[in-house]
Amino acid sequence: MPVGTQGTIKGLTNNQLEEIGCQIILGNTYHLALRPGADLIDEFGGLHKFMNWKRALLTDSGGFQMVSLLHLADITEKGVTFQSPVDGKPMLLTPEESIQIQNKIGADIIMALDDVVKTTITGPRIEEAMYRTLRWMDRCIAAHQKPDTQNLFGIVQGGLDPVLRDICVRGLVERNLPGYAIGGLAGGEDKDSFWRVVAQCTAALPEDKPRYVMGVGYPLDIVVCSALGADMYDCVYPTRTARFGSALIPEGVLKLKNRAMANDERPIDPTCPCMVCKTYTRAYLHCLVTKDAMGSQLLSYHNLSYMMKLSRDLHTSIVEGRFPEFVRGFLRTQFPKGDVPEWVCNAMEVAGIDISSCCASFSPSH
Amino acid sequence: MRFAVTKACGGGGKARAGALYVGGGGGGGAAVVETPSLLLSTRKGLPAFVSRDLLSTLPSPDSHLLHVSPIHFIECPSSKTISNIGGLHQMLGLQEHILVAAASDSVESLPESEASNKLGASFETPSGRRLVKPSEYMQMITSMKPNLWASLADEVPAWVTEKRNRISVDRTLRWLDDCLAVDLEAGKNTLGAVVGGSNIDERKRCATEASLRNVAGFWIGGFGLGESMEERLALLNAVTDCLPEEKLRYVSRLSLPEEVLQGVAAGIDLFDSTYIYHLTLGGFALVFPLDIVERDNWDSRTDIEGADCTKINLRATIYRKDTSPIVDRCGCFTCQNHTRAYINHLLNVHEMLAQILLEIHNTHHYLGFFRLMREAIKGGKFELFRQRFIKRRRAFLTAEAPCSL
Repeated sequence: MPVGTQGTIKGLTNNQLEEIGCQIILGNTYHLALRPGADLIDEFGGLHKFMNWKRALLTDSGGFQMVSLLHLADITEKGVTFQSPVDGKPMLLTPEESIQIQNKIGADIIMALDDVVKTTITGPRIEEAMYRTLRWMDRCIAAHQKPDTQNLFGIVQGGLDPVLRDICVRGLVERNLPGYAIGGLAGGEDKDSFWRVVAQCTAALPEDKPRYVMGVGYPLDIVVCSALGADMYDCVYPTRTARFGSALIPEGVLKLKNRAMANDERPIDPTCPCMVCKTYTRAYLHCLVTKDAMGSQLLSYHNLSYMMKLSRDLHTSIVEGRFPEFVRGFLRTQFPKGDVPEWVCNAMEVAGIDISSCCASFSPSH
Repeated sequence: MRFAVTKACGGGGKARAGALYVGGGGGGGAAVVETPSLLLSTRKGLPAFVSRDLLSTLPSPDSHLLHVSPIHFIECPSSKTISNIGGLHQMLGLQEHILVAAASDSVESLPESEASNKLGASFETPSGRRLVKPSEYMQMITSMKPNLWASLADEVPAWVTEKRNRISVDRTLRWLDDCLAVDLEAGKNTLGAVVGGSNIDERKRCATEASLRNVAGFWIGGFGLGESMEERLALLNAVTDCLPEEKLRYVSRLSLPEEVLQGVAAGIDLFDSTYIYHLTLGGFALVFPLDIVERDNWDSRTDIEGADCTKINLRATIYRKDTSPIVDRCGCFTCQNHTRAYINHLLNVHEMLAQILLEIHNTHHYLGFFRLMREAIKGGKFELFRQRFIKRRRAFLTAEAPCSL
């Protein structure tokens, strides 16, 4: 899901998003509640109408931005207290209010307000946050006014502690929600811990409900999490890295700012069918990126196309029963020397995908 | 390239309608384009915010004419790379468009007359001041293969000494010959540059001399560099009086509708303009009515007293909840898909989509204005159109504004 923070994906129009096969985009409740405001969006009949986006929308609870953007955020049982960035007034975001705002915004999938802690923190705070997340889940469910049109997902917390994660998963599953997110990751924890938490959660969550890993991520991470049984992802990476002049290609990342690109007459990716790769050369894009708005636009378009295609390829390969083959192909292209990171090897072993042919001299862990 | 005047004296004066047929250059452009016409401004060959796929939603073939400055490519890609790729049309993915190359523009390639010398013209660019010699310029033109190109000129602002002004004319003519000497098409796609500052005699001299060369048309520069609109009309007329009737005339830097009208009245066929770009950056959207010619019973009293009927500033809070499109029944992508409120929001949160949507609408609207002008000329009513248009734009300034409650 591309991230359309403020009611737009940076630099792309709705029809371009539809063209590249985007089915659902994410809006940030925190930003939208500030500007243009939840009531205004409600008056317009919801964010779909306001943006004129005809496909699906997902809003997050606003909790993450609170914690990551505001220095003075403080979390209590009531909710998240913070200083309004607009006028400095003290404000409180409660589970009830988060859901109310999300009801007004009107996205198809809404997220419960969770007590999110950085994975780099240790100690009793993580346990406190996990239990509070469950209590807040109930308050969110009670406050939800539109269960028929908006799907409220719960978010599994618990840091990197398998015991806490297990409790949280069971607690959420008991509430029989339409979908579940795995939160609290993608925040700087080491990759080895990361995949283990994802694996544990996907193993315990119901088979017939969507699993959304929040904040993921890099193409490699998405492939690994998909192998472990996750279904949905969101990340600013494709569009953000585009604005810094980096293009996503099967081999990894192509830095178009690099002087070597100045006379390279090839497209970004000869295998990519997107408008940008069919029209422009690396040489031309090299002179646009980071200097002209058009450069950001074109690169964002390509990067999102790449991600949409990756999703489609993952999906098709699963449906056609050749997922392991796809994974092997993907890894071989990204790691031609066979230097697949250990965490990927470990994760694939647990996922039951044999990638020994992609790894050079490395033997899987015991 | 073929150009023909299809209607002369369209309602007074020297305003004329024409037809431009371009088949050569590096790409297509097989359509017939009616003039007077607008060349869309570009940076490095593409509009500032409107990508190729969105450009194709604009009226055709009006939106196929682009002004490209070769100086934008002075850093990269190299001429060799551009050649290898196949020229500008190929590199930009604009195979069906008509690319007209002229070195100077008002944003990223500004003529710096104090640094220009006998060897070449100097420009202020994002990568600093660059001196461009005719030979280098022609190297770029040869590799780029635009449909039409203006020769290199020494443009000077209005306040230079007579001597400096005279030198600029001498140089410009000499560089025209230098460019033609290495031109593989022997002037078939060349627009001879005409300068001369604010001196009527120099303007006439330059125009007369340029006319003697074997060129397809003329690019008139040196305007928009300090002269007033009042002075300009006499200068424009002096130039066009000395140019052959049947050849194309393109003038740079006549941006505003009033300036364009002045240019058309003097017999100009092509214009480039940064009006759209500056409006877009400022958050403005054009709204002036595009129906003046049809409404023969037009009366200034029917307009809203005190309101600026030309453009709206979408940053203003009055648009926060405005569910209407920028202009009712406007066929552009922006008006068909989005509301003023949404654009107001995008501007407030500094999102790039705001500029994309505004550039699309403003381009659509301004192209509509040009189409209106052409209709007026073809109907023999140009002077009437011009006067009404100007009067209407001024109306809100002179009308009594009622007190608001």
